[in-house]
Amino acid sequence: MNGSGPTKLVDPLEDPLPGVGTYEDFNTIDWVREKSKDRDRHREITNKSRQSTVALLHSVSDAFSGWLLMLLVGLMAGALAGGIDIAAHWLTDLKGGVCLIGFWFNHEHCCWTSNETTFQERDRCPQWQSWAELITGTSEGAFAYIVNYLMYIFWALLFSFLAVILVRAFAPYACGSGIPEIKTILSGFIIRGYLGKWTLIIKTITLVLAVSSGLSLGKEGPLVHVACCCANILCHLFTKYRKNEAKRREVLSAAAAVGVSVAFGAPIGGVLFSLEEVSYYFPLKTLWRSFFAALVAAFTLRSINPFGNSRLVLFYVEFHAPWHLIELAPFILLGIFGGLWGVLFIKANIAWCRRRKSTRLGHYPIIEVLVVAALTALLAYPNSYTRMSGAELISELFNDCSLLDSSQLCGYKQPANVSETGVGNSLADRPAGEGLYTALWQLALALIFKMLITVITFGMKVPSGLFIPSMAVGAIAGRLLGVGMEQLAYYNHDWLIFRGWCSPGADCITPGLYAMVGAAACLGGVTRMTVSLVVIMFELTGGLEYIVPLMAATMTSKWVADAFGREGIYEAHIRLNGYPFLEAKEEFEHSSLAVDVMRPRRGDPALAVLTQDGMTVEEVENLVENTHYSGFPVVVSQESQRLVGFVLRRDLLISIDNARKRQDGIVGASLVVFTEHTPLQPPEAPPFLRLRSILDLSPFTVTDHTPMDITVDIFRKLGLRQCLVTHNGRLLGIITKKDILKHMAQIANRDPDSILFN
Amino acid sequence: MKMKPLFSVGGLCFLCFVLLSQVSAKNSEDIRCKCICPPYRDVEGQIYKQNVSLKDCNCLHVVEPMPVDGKDVEAYCLRCECKYEERSSGTIKVTIIMYLSILGLLLLYMVYLTLLEPMLKRRLFGHSQLIQSEDDVGDQQPFANAHNVLSRSHSRPNMLNKVEHAQQRWRRQVQEQRKSVFDRHVVLS
Repeated sequence: MNGSGPTKLVDPLEDPLPGVGTYEDFNTIDWVREKSKDRDRHREITNKSRQSTVALLHSVSDAFSGWLLMLLVGLMAGALAGGIDIAAHWLTDLKGGVCLIGFWFNHEHCCWTSNETTFQERDRCPQWQSWAELITGTSEGAFAYIVNYLMYIFWALLFSFLAVILVRAFAPYACGSGIPEIKTILSGFIIRGYLGKWTLIIKTITLVLAVSSGLSLGKEGPLVHVACCCANILCHLFTKYRKNEAKRREVLSAAAAVGVSVAFGAPIGGVLFSLEEVSYYFPLKTLWRSFFAALVAAFTLRSINPFGNSRLVLFYVEFHAPWHLIELAPFILLGIFGGLWGVLFIKANIAWCRRRKSTRLGHYPIIEVLVVAALTALLAYPNSYTRMSGAELISELFNDCSLLDSSQLCGYKQPANVSETGVGNSLADRPAGEGLYTALWQLALALIFKMLITVITFGMKVPSGLFIPSMAVGAIAGRLLGVGMEQLAYYNHDWLIFRGWCSPGADCITPGLYAMVGAAACLGGVTRMTVSLVVIMFELTGGLEYIVPLMAATMTSKWVADAFGREGIYEAHIRLNGYPFLEAKEEFEHSSLAVDVMRPRRGDPALAVLTQDGMTVEEVENLVENTHYSGFPVVVSQESQRLVGFVLRRDLLISIDNARKRQDGIVGASLVVFTEHTPLQPPEAPPFLRLRSILDLSPFTVTDHTPMDITVDIFRKLGLRQCLVTHNGRLLGIITKKDILKHMAQIANRDPDSILFN
Repeated sequence: MKMKPLFSVGGLCFLCFVLLSQVSAKNSEDIRCKCICPPYRDVEGQIYKQNVSLKDCNCLHVVEPMPVDGKDVEAYCLRCECKYEERSSGTIKVTIIMYLSILGLLLLYMVYLTLLEPMLKRRLFGHSQLIQSEDDVGDQQPFANAHNVLSRSHSRPNMLNKVEHAQQRWRRQVQEQRKSVFDRHVVLS
């Protein structure tokens, strides 16, 4: 759009109409137009600020509004995340029993002040009654077990049923993880209602229900969606962000960082996640603001204190045991496992989701959720490691066993001489006892169960994330390997590989570290995150000493997984849904030219153009009604085909409609004029319809011999929606983003009709 | 719509109020010192809890009665790990009650929309004809086109009609969303 110049004609349609400059649903925004609109606005404010103090204050507050918005986003997202954590903990424990001193306490908080907890049974207290105790009066025996089992299944079914009917009734956009759609929105796509207030309310409420129902899903991905909804809603308070789609996407990028920051308590990891995974345009200004918002959110979450001990995440790790170079071999092995698991999971999940889209399975979403919840509850209850929630399982697996632990996983044989153990309470490697062997086979069964059930759970019509289930799979595999290595070292400490650093009586192998590395490897294999994953993991552990194992495992897992397919789970879902997302990381390696991809091709009808002053209102309306293009080039005349500019369909229709109603004299025979000076006409002719204000005078053009990889690069870097193709200065055709995506799909031998949107 | 900024500002104020009220109200039952003592010789492992402040949170103040005699106390206490913990039971109570009330309200509203409203509409038959014709518009293709922008911007005369109009528009949007997500599986697989 041209800026304000001194030679403005008196134009009755000077102020922009409501609707002009906005976009239709499921369309792509024009980044260039939005950015230049913002630059114009900023220039105007700066110019005016020299005139009076009020205007100066206005310009200062305009500059400050971005920071204020970040502060509000951080506060709101942090508060919501704290509420979600507290409610999810309570509802999860409600499946097992209820607290008598106040029904709002979960199990841990119910027994907080009680003195009847013992060393062996740390969660037994008389204030917390399981359902069997309440209903039958006993807590031991087969009958009590059956009653507990049935109540567990009942609560799981109730929670999942409530979640899915709420999603269906109020906000169908609240299902799924949200990250693929947010990636697409941040690249310029518009999905109205996806980040609205009903979606926010329903996503928050049903996320708690879905997580508490025992389904194998996490809440990290949905928390990113919740944070982006908060940001979108708060953008409406500030004109600068409400009216400009490009500026709004800067705020949404920062909000994605806030989402990951409150999920893991990792502000830096959140910013890097937003930079690496989610954002399309990430200017440096956004980097600083995202960090600020992520810190504010983390601070808010800390002050709400959902875990009772000033920690942000449930599985904060505290050990600092050293590791040895030889252990890199099992870490790389875990990386390979993570990569293979990632590839298998993506293939299986996409096949299942495709089945859900195309066959009758997709017609019964509520029944599907109920069946999966019942199956999960039925199979998960007998094994104590699948009965507990994902975050609790990971926290137990990350834990390093010391004398203070009495869980089954720490069931080692006590050393003969109890008084001569290591420094403080850290223990030397010990042989496995009965408890540990039981834990090991239970964990192996849990691994298989989790691997299979997560495939059918992710993508259901309830809010579902997959960070926690992937990390759980990796943590179980890592812990099994770690315990195996520990026992190997204990029984064979005179082997070559253990000699020197693992003498008897030393604490050489830490299974908790293996669990951590395994979790990172599996999550990296599924999502293909690199830097952000390592930073999140080391912010969780609070130390830099485990960076090398984490990096080794993450790199190995990414290389192994990329050997089979370059897409992570989110890109695969974008491809499955046919969103018009131009992947910034892919390289275009074909030697086609622009003329091969442009429309119209040979045999197609000629390009639909408007002339700058030769068409009447009726002709324009007919042209727009008969075609479904979202924009039309404007040329000097049909013979010369010299380019003037580009006009959008939506703006045309709104302006013509408005002119017919408001301006007197505009009839079907009025001439539509895109030039600055009107042509001469006899005085009895109807008045002109001046539409120069909606014409984009600087459309991007390439020549017909431009190679396609340069054209794709132009589209990516500038965020274009369409590009005109000229030959010898004359307009030849048009390339849109959809054409490019179809062309890339054709080259990769995929179905080009799977690109659904404009 | 002017409601949106008011709604969000009101929500924020409420959140801030909740936060501040919980930070200020400190129940004496909400602090504790938890000492975990592992097994030592003949003595079994034990957990001790007391609500003492941070400066008294050590083995000598919390472990009562001391299970070992004078000269072993130091060795026993070296193994014990004492941690000071704080929680806010008021925040937990408010959060859970707020969550349950919002959940209850949503369920009631859903029951009202699906069951009660059609019954009430059938009673007021004449009024319902106007609303029915608007519902049919939503059955066309879900991707809005420019004409709808202007056709929906006609202002209604009074307040009740405005609310009704907004509610109908919202229901149409939800219906379109449901069609694309659940029926045609176009968005969100």
